[in-house]
Amino acid sequence: MRALQSHVTTIGTLVAGIVLVGIVPFAVAPFTLADLTLYAAMAILAMSLGFIWGFGGILSFGQSVFFGVGGYTYAIVALNFDSPSLALLAAIAVAVTGALLLGYFIFWGRLSDVYLAVITLTISLIFFMLMNSMSSSIYRIGDVPIGGYNGIPGIPPLVVPGTDRSLSVAETYVLVVTVALLVYLGLSWLIRTKFGRILCSIKENEVRAELLGYDARLYKLAAFAVGAAIAGMAGALFAVYSGLINPDVFGIGFSAQIIVWVMLGGLGTLIGPALGAVLIQMLVVWLGKVQVIDANMALGVLFIVAVLLVPAGLVPRLQGLLAVAFGNLARSRP
Amino acid sequence: MTVLLETSRLIRRYGGVTAVDGVDFTLNEGELRCLIGPNGAGKSTFFKMLCGLVPPSSGAIKIRNDDVTGMRPHEIASRGVGIKTQVPSLFDGLTVRESVEVAAMRRLTPSAACDIADETLGHLNLKGIANRIVGQLSHGQRQWTELAMVLSTDPKIVLLDEPVAGMTHDEVNRTEDLLKHINTTRTVIVVEHDMQFVKRIATKVTVFHHGRILIEDDVDRVLADSRVRDVYLGKSGLRYA
Ligand SMILES: Nc1ncnc2c1ncn2[C@@H]1O[C@H](COP(=O)(O)OP(=O)(O)OP(=O)(O)O)[C@@H](O)[C@H]1O
Ligand SMILES: [Mg+2]
Repeated sequence: MRALQSHVTTIGTLVAGIVLVGIVPFAVAPFTLADLTLYAAMAILAMSLGFIWGFGGILSFGQSVFFGVGGYTYAIVALNFDSPSLALLAAIAVAVTGALLLGYFIFWGRLSDVYLAVITLTISLIFFMLMNSMSSSIYRIGDVPIGGYNGIPGIPPLVVPGTDRSLSVAETYVLVVTVALLVYLGLSWLIRTKFGRILCSIKENEVRAELLGYDARLYKLAAFAVGAAIAGMAGALFAVYSGLINPDVFGIGFSAQIIVWVMLGGLGTLIGPALGAVLIQMLVVWLGKVQVIDANMALGVLFIVAVLLVPAGLVPRLQGLLAVAFGNLARSRP
Repeated sequence: MTVLLETSRLIRRYGGVTAVDGVDFTLNEGELRCLIGPNGAGKSTFFKMLCGLVPPSSGAIKIRNDDVTGMRPHEIASRGVGIKTQVPSLFDGLTVRESVEVAAMRRLTPSAACDIADETLGHLNLKGIANRIVGQLSHGQRQWTELAMVLSTDPKIVLLDEPVAGMTHDEVNRTEDLLKHINTTRTVIVVEHDMQFVKRIATKVTVFHHGRILIEDDVDRVLADSRVRDVYLGKSGLRYA
């Protein structure tokens, strides 16, 4: 059964990869490709929360912090050292370091889940205010001013490694989509490993896991760091896509939106959060174009309706329907 | 005879209540010891200190001369202590098989854990419910699932807090056989209210009362002791046949 699911995951990802990487770039306009790049970056971010929350039981409002820190780190390193590849690695490294420090205090401090949510929320608020207040030109790292609420503009795109040639819009799209697919495959694999299965058991019942001999704190810290690495990378890719990063990434609206993606798409799956992110981003972009209703208001209403109609999320609901349709062929899992 | 577990002057207070009040307890390797005592005597609190769920207010716990006082549950578990808690503590969202595999994985690779899970499930007659979600099982099945998880970690000392509570007559009989079998390779402490059951499994019994050890002796002498009868008089927890 597990092997079957694993094959379905791999084959599904391959098919999606062929379509998204092999066909889409030739079939749609560069403008649309840029939009799709954004969706893919957000899908990566969504999977990072889908992983730590759905499989590690860690409800963090802080994924946007790691995302933002990743974006800012990419901008600062890329502009200072003129090396986008180094900047991408730095973004991941800084996010992971932050997660290890924060996670240590949270998990070793034996804080309850509620406190974890409150603390991560507070930290994103602190970052929001801090970054907003750094508008004076004295706030700079190396040659790069933090820029306060204006943020950091002119972020360079990624280059072909070993050369000076920047990636085109289409190439950037292909890269980000590929990363998204790899993150999906990687996390699907991780969940099935010994580590992943123990992590899931800790989510189910931390005390029982400890009584069986597992140090729950270590597993949660590791999961938190993996989630932060992915979120930080998503932030860097977002900075590449937009060429600009500003404190809005630390805003409460954004951090709440990530949670909505995951819940709408389906907690306890990986594809659900990714799908939730893409659908809601599409909606936000469309609402921005038609300008009839405030996007946050629309999201709020959508969220309430979704929770009432499909409380388990879209993907688990679909899996349930499929399972019934195929006579309970497979028990639904990621 | 080697001493496997030893506590000295073990005390645990909850606010004004002293749940365990200076217990000196010694357990030899290979024993099957029963712990009895009226409701609130401190048996479960004693167990929780042994497995690290609750830190002692004072006193010490040694496992094979290794001082484990104040260690966290996972550290004590890796020293070979497995516990079935009074209220079953399970992975409600996993299947029975997945639960047992996760337990076995502490010391084994996933594929070896799979084999051990097979073996344990077969041994405990749980093959039929191996793919059921734990959260949907009956009380008796949950007790057995927890037992399967504990056993698959290969503990040296097995702590069982009221293992037959809520079980049917048949299930109790099977548990009796199982406990005796477990005891052929492991040291076991059982907290139990059912005196018939205690008579059937134990040789040596320790009686708790108000957080202290009231008496510790052979099962027949303990059950005949007037102090024990006094302690239990009118207590609903006791079922003399
Ligand atoms: N977490 C706690 N907080 C406060 N008091 C507690 C706590 N746990 C136990 N106690 C108290 O400690 C005393 C001993 O409780 P314990 O559960 O150890 O008894 P027990 O012998 O296992 O009883 P039972 O046979 O009913 O399971 C009781 O008076 C109980 O009320
Ligand atoms: Mg008890």
